[in-house]
Amino acid sequence: MKLKQLESHLGCLEQFSNPKKELEQYPTGAHIASRMLFSAENSFGDVSGKVVADFGCGCGTLGLAASLLDAQYVIGIDIDSESLELASLNAEDLEIDMELVHCDLSNLVWKGQIIDTVVMNPPFGTRKKGADMIFLHTGLKVASQAVYSLHKTSTREHVKRTALRDFNAISAEVLCELRFDVPQLYKFHKKKEVDVAVDLWRFVPQKNQERV
Amino acid sequence: MLSSNIKGVTNGFPLVIEVQKFVEKQVDFNSDFLKNMFPKIEWKALVTAARTMGYAELPEEVDSSMLESEDFLQKFHHALLELHLEEGALICPETGRRFVVAKGIPNMLLHEDEV
Repeated sequence: MKLKQLESHLGCLEQFSNPKKELEQYPTGAHIASRMLFSAENSFGDVSGKVVADFGCGCGTLGLAASLLDAQYVIGIDIDSESLELASLNAEDLEIDMELVHCDLSNLVWKGQIIDTVVMNPPFGTRKKGADMIFLHTGLKVASQAVYSLHKTSTREHVKRTALRDFNAISAEVLCELRFDVPQLYKFHKKKEVDVAVDLWRFVPQKNQERV
Repeated sequence: MLSSNIKGVTNGFPLVIEVQKFVEKQVDFNSDFLKNMFPKIEWKALVTAARTMGYAELPEEVDSSMLESEDFLQKFHHALLELHLEEGALICPETGRRFVVAKGIPNMLLHEDEV
């Protein structure tokens, strides 16, 4: 599938109608999502034929993108049941089978090394402090091959240090810097739209026999 | 692969499956994928899970030479990817706590005292 095609499929997805600000629910735009998964597949072969988990899947954008790029099995995890319903509808629209789990990632227990790749656009930690790192930590425990994640560029040093030193990642690489347009979704948003600089990261987890 | 996440539970896998409704889906067969997954799967758990959903074709004992058999791969494929629990529950083997499955989605959220 070409990048433009992927982007256009993702552009048709239903987004949050009533986003919950405590969960920092922001839709991952088709532009970012398509480029993220496209790089994961074309530069690293981390998607096609693999088991992919979308952490904090929201309306399912990243997981569905993985599926469109021929991931063999996709699992979406989110703490919010309304998001999961939306993800379910979006999957149906695209005629894609996506496994969904209603769970809090900070206490996810997973047996075995089934997940190859984790993709995510985690909460940035503006509401619940440290939320972004909890997501990353869990991702690195669960994935056997790679973790792709978006974090604010302003946190770059912190993310790199924590991933390598505390979460035992073998590598932590910023693939590129992107502008995430945050639309005026919540009442506390003053401007119509704001561009946040985010880094697209690829982490490689440590290979362990028994993790989590 | 989901395991009971209640605090203090040491042996939360495999979750026992309680079936109220399951569906059989059609999924494209991919033998490379199956061969790749084989060493990562807890085989006994898969056999039990498939049985709970009425599929008893999987052999109890397996070894990797069976991956050469098309017939075995088809059964493996069916049990792993095509049997889907729609309504029911996943039960913690240690505490008996039920995690409800509705519309195919298991709810693994914990109560305050379980974290």
